Amino acid sequence: MILIHCPYCDEKRAEIEFAYAGEAHISRPVDPSTYGDEEWERYLFIRANPKGRHHERWRHIHGCGRFFNAVRDTVTDKFETTYKAGEPRK
Amino acid sequence: MSGFRLPTGGRVDRSRPVRFSFDGVSYTGFAGDTLASALLANGVMLFGRSFKYHRPRGLLAAGSEEPNALVSVDRGPGRFTPNLRATNVEVHEGLKAVSQNRWPSLKTDFGAINDRLGMFFPAGFYNKTFMWPRSFWDKLYEPAIRKIAGLGDAPTEDDPDQYAATHAHCDLLIIGAGPAGIDAALEAAGTNRRVTVIDEQDEAGGSALADPSLWQWLERSMKALNDAPNVTILTRTTAFGYYHDNFIGAVQRLTDHLPDDGDAPREKLWRIRAGEVILAQGAIERPLVFAGNDTPGVMLSSAAKTFANRYGVAVGKSVALMATHDSGWHDVFALAKAGVGIAAIIDVRDTVDADLLKQAADLRITVKLSHSVIGVSGRYGVKTIEIAHNDGTGIRSIACDALLMAGGWTPSVHLWSHSKGTLKWCDDIGAYVPDQPNENVRCVGACAGACNFGQGAVIDVLPTPMDQSRIKAFVDFQNDVTAKDIKLAVREGFRSIEHIKRYTTNGMATDQGKTSNLNGLQIASTALAKPITDIGLTTFRPPYTPQTFGALAGHAKGALFQATRTTNIDSWAEEHSAVFELVAQWRRARYFPKAGEDMHAAVNRECVAVRSSVGIFDASTLGKIEVVGPDAAEFLNRMYTNPWKALEPGRCRYGLLLKEDGFITDDGVSARLAPDRFHLTTTTGGAARVLNMMEDYLQTEWPDLNVWLTSTTEQYAVIALQGPNARKLLEPLVEGIDLSAEAFPHMAIREGAICGIPTRLFRVSFTGELGFEINVPTAYGRALWERIMAEGDRYDITPYGTETMHVLRAEKGFIIVGQDTDGTVTPYDASLDWAVGKKKLDFVGKRSLARPDIVAAGRKQLVGLLTDDPNVVLEEGAQIVADPNQPIPMKMIGHVTSSYWSATLGRSIAMALVAGGQDKMGETLHIPMPGKTHTAKISGMVFYDPQGARLNV
Ligand SMILES: [Zn+2]
Repeated sequence: MILIHCPYCDEKRAEIEFAYAGEAHISRPVDPSTYGDEEWERYLFIRANPKGRHHERWRHIHGCGRFFNAVRDTVTDKFETTYKAGEPRK
Repeated sequence: MSGFRLPTGGRVDRSRPVRFSFDGVSYTGFAGDTLASALLANGVMLFGRSFKYHRPRGLLAAGSEEPNALVSVDRGPGRFTPNLRATNVEVHEGLKAVSQNRWPSLKTDFGAINDRLGMFFPAGFYNKTFMWPRSFWDKLYEPAIRKIAGLGDAPTEDDPDQYAATHAHCDLLIIGAGPAGIDAALEAAGTNRRVTVIDEQDEAGGSALADPSLWQWLERSMKALNDAPNVTILTRTTAFGYYHDNFIGAVQRLTDHLPDDGDAPREKLWRIRAGEVILAQGAIERPLVFAGNDTPGVMLSSAAKTFANRYGVAVGKSVALMATHDSGWHDVFALAKAGVGIAAIIDVRDTVDADLLKQAADLRITVKLSHSVIGVSGRYGVKTIEIAHNDGTGIRSIACDALLMAGGWTPSVHLWSHSKGTLKWCDDIGAYVPDQPNENVRCVGACAGACNFGQGAVIDVLPTPMDQSRIKAFVDFQNDVTAKDIKLAVREGFRSIEHIKRYTTNGMATDQGKTSNLNGLQIASTALAKPITDIGLTTFRPPYTPQTFGALAGHAKGALFQATRTTNIDSWAEEHSAVFELVAQWRRARYFPKAGEDMHAAVNRECVAVRSSVGIFDASTLGKIEVVGPDAAEFLNRMYTNPWKALEPGRCRYGLLLKEDGFITDDGVSARLAPDRFHLTTTTGGAARVLNMMEDYLQTEWPDLNVWLTSTTEQYAVIALQGPNARKLLEPLVEGIDLSAEAFPHMAIREGAICGIPTRLFRVSFTGELGFEINVPTAYGRALWERIMAEGDRYDITPYGTETMHVLRAEKGFIIVGQDTDGTVTPYDASLDWAVGKKKLDFVGKRSLARPDIVAAGRKQLVGLLTDDPNVVLEEGAQIVADPNQPIPMKMIGHVTSSYWSATLGRSIAMALVAGGQDKMGETLHIPMPGKTHTAKISGMVFYDPQGARLNV
């Protein structure tokens, strides 16, 4: 069971306290109506799915409740870093 | 019958004899014996039948790597444990063990015919033979194979034992308490680190237990460790898996070794998080591959030494050794000194260390260098062995009753591999050894490749003048894989060891190839004419040894398998003989049958009572979220499809929630209590999901909004009063709220008190009748319910359950998200256009409602369905076709989502998702059901009181 560092609690806690929340840094457009069908499709469905470094969101759902971002290697399953929502991509 | 108890020696307690039985025969052993050592001491050589060929098998090893001697232990009803290694079962007074995979008896086994038919059971046998016809598989092949090929019987009764579980944390976890592990522990004992040492055996010591010269050191060391306050030692504990971030799973066996276990838990699961891990798991001796190497009495040389020195048992009266490695010589010297007769030492090598030859000469042991064993005679025990010079000449027989194999050593890298540490090939020892760690872990001692056992030759199959394609030289003893099976797999085109493994099943038995993997690799490497490092390595996975489901399940079984959520009113329902159903972990009353009523009768009565007078319903499970803050209305306006900003305090609104893809995910009626405060309700099953979704948008998309979300589902008990008499019943109980139609219209909320309890009183209806939902602090739920029941007596108040609630709402065409929708239904598909704010610029899911596939024609749409025969109640989930006479497979155009008998209407009603349904009003569709195809006409969804007259009172 992986240990995950919550950047809000500033503690490493067991994986069961967290919930995965998909790829990170995909912002909802301010005005979705300006998006064409293809643009909207990209926002809604198309994900990076990399082998290696992956920017993803987690929620400390059974802890502080905050969503945060993480960089995890999808091959080794190791977390490189975690950081607060709103901070620039690492 | 050649093993026997040596007159002295061993660590068994000769003053404490214990009686036990094996296959119904009573034997005596000593405290400290394993089932294996005690049976050997009684001359038993035959322990089991092999998996595929049913060949007689004895002991190969003395530890947990044993592949042959699998037994079942019977501790009484429900306490039957199959597939235990006899080498790990501790004998105790009254132990009852039985052999496996034989019928009618171990000695006379019908399945042994497989051995004679061996030519029909080559590698890939299962894949090749039972392909056709398919129908034979279930009825013939599988039952037949299960009967003759297999392991022990699975227990048939519930396991009555208790299993404990615990979490533990330490700075240093040492796995394996052999000499290397003990040294590491001693080093850490003087520090302030918290140290845990675990070992799978009943006694710490590992290989030192088989070496009397180390016993004084062992005693001293264990005393030091036991005295060290920072060291915890767990014996009879198997570290079965190594997981991320130094998380180790281990099972401690607490009572199986005791004659009377009382009520103590049988096993304990340890979940250990360690700062650092030291693996000291030792090494496993490799068997040698030659014809007859599976005959009972042929075993690892280190095992014979362990039986002699640790248990005081000789494996035979005249023992021969087949060696490719020095360690076997030392073992045999130790046996000779313990009083065991040595028939000969045969070594495939042309030269060995002069000192070995001198010691052999001193002990008057016959030595044959450059020779190999080429055959073993004796079906149930070794009688003679045949040897030949490596050039094929000089074939001769040697009489002996046991043959030891010394094939070199394989470091135990199982847990290292679980932790994803890398391995490197080591030519010197012919095995993989740990290379780069992936966690904070290191290996010490033999499992690190530091085997101090002397020199050896690495060899795949012993030289033989016999035709290699006609002999059975076993590689994997448990799965009955021979050298020729592996060669056949290579001939048939398999190149990767992962494929060869699966095709031949080499290393796929319960022992995960502890004794077979390396020999299999060597043979494949030779057959492919490729270096061993080019053909890959199979992966070790948890568990290291098989573990019980009981230990892994722990307390999570029966009623404790998962939590059941109950409302404050649940106990009343139980006392009034409610029939319950589970709804997303909630236990909800489904209906309240009176004496003699079935569900149909009860639901009809409950429905009529609500429509004619008043019904009472426990709605406490509704999800509830308190939304507070200056931007609360703005937030809800962005989340829900309909407008919220203009909603006045004191009023309610039906909220429809989409996901960003445009599909309905939840709904519920919510109330505005104040400009900055809303009381949201969600579906019973959707509460957590909706809160998570709202938090997601609030925290990550709109962090500028000043809003707070709090789950209040469990803070309120909710009593729904529904029916024309609801207001009359409620009026005398309520303080501070004017219930008149003018002062308190439909879809309004008032705060006040009921029976002195503070309440949020909703005037809402999920039945189409005049209705109220009374929210009170949870602890008052049952008390208020009972008070209302008493007051409602004059109106013949009727408690109703979820089934009646479903019928009443269906009569009104109200959808249930998750039943009438399935994650692919838009508001338009569900005829909920009215709930979508046309003037809103944005809300979650709005952009998707213009996606090409969502505006396309022919989408499945929710419609009403009225069967032509009003007495037919369709099955929910039934498929719908347009033409019942088309050939099978028919084109399905939709399915029934809700279907009930309506007592109010005196006929059945249904809702269905039908392709293009909204444009097919009045059309007849067909619903094929077992035995008959029913016809039904598409209708609107509101079957009762379409004008809503009953609400506006
Ligand atoms: Zn946190």
